[in-house]
Amino acid sequence: MTRSISAAAKAPLGKRILKNWQLYLFVLPAVAYFIIFKYVPLYGIQIAFRNYKAADGFFGSEWVGLAHFIRFFRSYYFGTVIRNTLTITGLSLLLGFPVPILFALLLNEILHTKYQKLIQTISLAPHFISTVVMCGMLIIFLNPTTGLFNHIRSALGLTSFNYLQSASGFKWIYILSGIWQETGWSSIIYFAALAGVDSALLEAARIDGANKWQRIWHINLPVLVPTIVILLIMQCGSLLSVGFEKVYLLQNDTNLSASEVISTYVYKVGLIKSDFSFSTAVEMFNSVINCILLLLVNFIAGRLGETSLW
Amino acid sequence: MRRNRFDRSKDDIVFDSINYCLMTAVLVIVLYPLVYILGASFSDPYKVASGEMWLYPVEFTLEGYQYLLKYSEIWVSYGNTIVYTIAGTILNLVVTLPCAYALSRKDFVGRGWLMLLIMIPMYFTGGLVPTYITVKRLGLLDTRLMLIVGGATATYNLIVSRTFFSSTIPMELQEAGVIDGCSNWKLFIRIVMPLSMPIVAVMAMFFGVGHWNEYFGAMIYLKSRSLYPLQLILREILIQSEVAAEMAMVDSDLIESAARQARISDMIKYTAIVISIAPMLLVYGFLQRYFVKGIMIGAIKG
Repeated sequence: MTRSISAAAKAPLGKRILKNWQLYLFVLPAVAYFIIFKYVPLYGIQIAFRNYKAADGFFGSEWVGLAHFIRFFRSYYFGTVIRNTLTITGLSLLLGFPVPILFALLLNEILHTKYQKLIQTISLAPHFISTVVMCGMLIIFLNPTTGLFNHIRSALGLTSFNYLQSASGFKWIYILSGIWQETGWSSIIYFAALAGVDSALLEAARIDGANKWQRIWHINLPVLVPTIVILLIMQCGSLLSVGFEKVYLLQNDTNLSASEVISTYVYKVGLIKSDFSFSTAVEMFNSVINCILLLLVNFIAGRLGETSLW
Repeated sequence: MRRNRFDRSKDDIVFDSINYCLMTAVLVIVLYPLVYILGASFSDPYKVASGEMWLYPVEFTLEGYQYLLKYSEIWVSYGNTIVYTIAGTILNLVVTLPCAYALSRKDFVGRGWLMLLIMIPMYFTGGLVPTYITVKRLGLLDTRLMLIVGGATATYNLIVSRTFFSSTIPMELQEAGVIDGCSNWKLFIRIVMPLSMPIVAVMAMFFGVGHWNEYFGAMIYLKSRSLYPLQLILREILIQSEVAAEMAMVDSDLIESAARQARISDMIKYTAIVISIAPMLLVYGFLQRYFVKGIMIGAIKG
């Protein structure tokens, strides 16, 4: 039985490695990918502390310490991009996070299985629409004279409004369209967890006279709590990350004051103005804060309850 | 479950009625914009602009699609996207599934370290510029190859697949294979893979959609227009409105008003959206049976 898969690890290490030599070939391409496209750039992150020159390479460029970070903290954009980023992610968390939970709980109560499946299938569809098309749809729909939204406004007796030219409207467009596109998708994980609810418990509660609302509140929702906590921790870990694509595509000169976020700033400074080291410093600052937030929230959650990421 | 339908309390009947209305409203909110766009792509653009088209086509026309057909660049990019999607997805599966399987094996020495290697980039990466410089040094800038190998695998998908293998392929079966003298390679191909079609479908869909919708990587790494994928051309049509306006201009032999050009440009946008979304939604429709099931397996335990 030396070739057994689950046998206790009695054989010497070398033998256990040799026995499964083919498995190392299985992981080779993926490992190569991670090293080339993830770890080499990670090594290159040191240019945040250097003045990068292509001729000198990652390691050979002049060392300047924290100069780029200090320049970022002192720059006019620092406050703006941080504020915009936090506004968008904070509101997304506040509004976008509970919606999939609510949707999963309510969908779970639909008694006709076929109708339930239909709703779920269709609610997932918007997830497959690309960001470019999503933004294109928003631009068409929000057009002040020809767009669907303003046709609806005028049908309701309201005057037309140019949402995309308004700085204060930007975050709402971003968040509400995000809810439209991702609610079905995000709810899958909750919906799956609800399959684990003890049906005997539900039946007992029903016989004891608990109505549906009470059963959801006292039985179904508690089942979701571990999942909710884990996802919440992960969301908090990305409070300083707004996806680049959608913001960039919806940006225009008029809403820029509210729509310039860290990732779009990094792109513009780094690849358009070719200020490589500064841009890398900004992004590194962002990653570090994200990691700290993640660890912090994970620590707090671990203290408060049983659930944490690790 | 079924019994509940017949002996519900009064409270529950109220709850259900509200819930059914609510869920039906969700259905309408999700579907309406999509149906509207489909309708608008077949309608007279003036009727759409003035708000007379609400659901189904008004003054049916195929004009928008005719304009689009003449626009060769979009079809070149469509072809590029198909190439990137098919080649990219095949590579994704070949890289991801064997690795995920190896990671699911408890007797695989070093799997803890490998997991760490794979997890770290999820939280900490070199970022945009160092990655760009690396790609440039590799000579992959402005090549088709970059769009295919640039995302050869993904941490999240690796973990979902690993969870699938470790939770659905019975250990006893693999043991039996080993006793019969199967090598790991044969075990994977002959025994594990045939039982893993749901995860293959889900991964093909995840990666495939990613390639089809890819725009950021293409924007950064590609310069030549002949290599552009569909999404970059769509961006010009939908967001920057340049191409659509240009096409409308070129096509009009008569001197036409700006308003007319704007209407044609709108129509081209609606049709462009339809031709870009349709394939994804069709594939999703076919695969969705595996889909929810496959995601759930990964979601619960991952």
